[in-house]
Amino acid sequence: MHSKSIVQEKTTCYHCGEDCNEQSIRIEEKQFCCEGCKMVYEIINQNGLCEYYDISEQPGISQKIKVRKGKFDFLDDQTVQQKLIHFSEGVQKHVIFYLPQMHCSSCIWLIEHLPKLNMGIVKSQVNFPKKEVTIVYNSDSVSLKKVVELLSEIGYEPHISLNDLSSSKIKKYDKTKIYKIGIAGFCFGNIMLLSFPEYFSSGNMEDTGLKTLFSFLNLGLSIPVFFYCASEFFVSAYKSLKKKFLNIDAPIALAVLIAFVRSVYEITTLTGAGYLDSMSGIVFFMLIGRFFQNKTYQSLSFERDYKSYFPLGVNVIYADGQEKQIPVSNIKVGDRIKINSHEIIPADGMLFMGKANIDYSFVTGESLPVEKSIGEIIYAGGKQIGSAIELEVVKEVSQSYLTQLWNNDVFKADKTEQKTSFIHAVSRYFTYVLFSIAIVTAVYWSINDSSRVWNAVTSILIVACPCALLLSSTFTNGNMLNILQRLKFFIKNENVLERISDADTIVFDKTGTISLQSQSSIKFDGIKLDSREEQLIRTIANQSNHPLSKAIVSHLPFQKSLHIKNYSEEKGKGSSAIIDGEHIKIGSPQFVLLDKSTLSDDDGSKVYVSINNEIIGRYIIKTKYRNELENVISSLKSTYSLALISGDNNSEEHKLRSVFGNNAELLFDQHPQDKLNYIKELQNKGHKVIMIGDGLNDSGALQQSDVGIAISDDINNFSPGCDAILDGKQFNKLKQLFDYCRKEKSIIFGSFIISILYNIIGLYFAVQGDLSPVIAAILMPVSSVSIMLYTTTLSSLFARKIKI
Amino acid sequence: MSVIFVLISASLIIATGFLIAFIWSVKSGQYDDDYTPSVRMLFDEDNASQKSETKEIQNKSTKTT
Repeated sequence: MHSKSIVQEKTTCYHCGEDCNEQSIRIEEKQFCCEGCKMVYEIINQNGLCEYYDISEQPGISQKIKVRKGKFDFLDDQTVQQKLIHFSEGVQKHVIFYLPQMHCSSCIWLIEHLPKLNMGIVKSQVNFPKKEVTIVYNSDSVSLKKVVELLSEIGYEPHISLNDLSSSKIKKYDKTKIYKIGIAGFCFGNIMLLSFPEYFSSGNMEDTGLKTLFSFLNLGLSIPVFFYCASEFFVSAYKSLKKKFLNIDAPIALAVLIAFVRSVYEITTLTGAGYLDSMSGIVFFMLIGRFFQNKTYQSLSFERDYKSYFPLGVNVIYADGQEKQIPVSNIKVGDRIKINSHEIIPADGMLFMGKANIDYSFVTGESLPVEKSIGEIIYAGGKQIGSAIELEVVKEVSQSYLTQLWNNDVFKADKTEQKTSFIHAVSRYFTYVLFSIAIVTAVYWSINDSSRVWNAVTSILIVACPCALLLSSTFTNGNMLNILQRLKFFIKNENVLERISDADTIVFDKTGTISLQSQSSIKFDGIKLDSREEQLIRTIANQSNHPLSKAIVSHLPFQKSLHIKNYSEEKGKGSSAIIDGEHIKIGSPQFVLLDKSTLSDDDGSKVYVSINNEIIGRYIIKTKYRNELENVISSLKSTYSLALISGDNNSEEHKLRSVFGNNAELLFDQHPQDKLNYIKELQNKGHKVIMIGDGLNDSGALQQSDVGIAISDDINNFSPGCDAILDGKQFNKLKQLFDYCRKEKSIIFGSFIISILYNIIGLYFAVQGDLSPVIAAILMPVSSVSIMLYTTTLSSLFARKIKI
Repeated sequence: MSVIFVLISASLIIATGFLIAFIWSVKSGQYDDDYTPSVRMLFDEDNASQKSETKEIQNKSTKTT
């Protein structure tokens, strides 16, 4: 009984947690899924670092795809080294690597213990949120290449891209915002404290000496607020006015300026205490709001171009047969380069040697690899599957077919410039209303009591600052972005949120977006195969390089190939052979049956099998779609018009039509440029388009669309440049996520009403010309804080209500 | 009443001290990574020497920035 239960239990790899095959690899009690995982375990075990496995369970990274030897040879190049090394002090070099595989506390532990694995490494320190590691090593005892190889050996291959090399400086996080908040908060608090006597004595302080001292101290404290902290409001207001456009910062800058000027006047002439407390408060709250909204996702990047995908080094074969790895950017036309299995082709080239089987799924969306024969041109961006090939470069990296897409103007335009937020429009009306109130008040008082004009007008402009408006949008957006981030929907910035709520059309890509890349379901439909028949099929399928044959091979259990005779293959049709005395054929129905009649049709690609001219059945190979695709699409159908645009062929059209319904447009065999044009066409018709895609082939369309959403099954993986990144696992919640984004506007409008109420109260005092600093000082923080509370609670509440 | 002048100046000096401390802490990168140290402290450290090294490196990296 006991032993039986163990057999039934799925064994998972001790290192990476993946399912183990039957012929498992073990050390003592521990099972491993592959030799790679076992090797990593051995390295860790030998160095006494097995605590790695105690911190989190099965923390490792699957080692099934091995890092090719010599992959990092380019790191011996001095110029490459110089660009990667962040800081050096004698022989000690500091280098920062991005390790996308890092995912748990065990990873942190192991990577920080690198010095135990190699004596040359002095120190390694992880920044987990950024998935970065800072390594300090002695260059006289270990080379940069060795360090990278060590990291790869234990499963954390650093991601080094052309981008790292072209921009030598590592992007620094801007800290000035934090300084500004700190200083504004400090000054605001102290000014408030020093203003308390003023509030309670209602202007009749006994000791005038003390009063002046406090006023002048306030003035001193407000100077850094006005000149340093508030500077960005002035700059932004000035910029927008120069473009003859009134943005939301303009009225704020005006209010701050007037409050400061009036306060300086009152204090220096000893006529009052001024409104410095309100002014610094506005600046402080405003800066917090901005900071909250402009939160960045440290480990994600929305601005990726082709450079991030390309390998860094490539093997060049010289005329004398020598092989040397050089940086990709140094490839010249006419060079002969060697592309190893699973490497991306960096430049357009002519196939010179070897069997090319290129997977273009990332570039074009075609799900099946393409075979190329010698002399054909292979475009950059494809991935070679199978054995190594040699190419003669015909175009340099920067001029290849793939990179041309990036030369399109779409990539130069900044989407945020295209459309301004409705908040700006509201604030513009607000400013007009404000000015008219100020003018009416000025006219009224100049007739009735001219001494009050100055007081009344300045108080209006100070108290009716639209900061509540601005705060309501910044805090709503900030909180929503946070909530969406927790749901694995990463949005670039608040403008995107608004654009999502305006959209009316959704365009999907197929491969990798609604279907799962590299996963297809294979089913055999026919008589039950015995192990010998399976062996026969496997043998013949193994002869062919056709993707469908390969799929069948990987589907069948491993068996030795049998002796094969009279093998022949008709390209695109099928192959036949005599194996072990049996005449076996696999391929299209026409090929296998020699019959033109079509059989009952079903979706997917079919491969028929016959033995001795007798059909024994067929393999049906179907693309596997994301879970709940039907539900997601049907829920979106009512609100949006949908379209599908795929680089793949139309073999699945039937199935997709039933999912998308008759109104949706389904387009197949579309090139990246076609996709971009299609989106443009929709936009010209006045639609606001959300494009959901995943690969490089969609990047033009993602950029052109109003909102480009990249779907990624592994967030740390590389997604094309986009406005938002969605975790593939959250695809089934797409509708709810969009609904939630649509709530943004209603929340902001709600808080607008609240802020208008506060403004009315303030204006009530201000138009009479007797706004005391106390009222201003109370109104300002109360309104700001209540708006913050309102927007954050409401946005959290909606999230709960929508049940996402 | 003059005691209040002393108190006010004392309070401002102390507050400024805190402001400077805050700016210094931001500058030295103490807020750059708010997650990893919380995990790191839970590991059983076997050699104490590593801690002093950590400090050294932090200081060095701030110099370069």
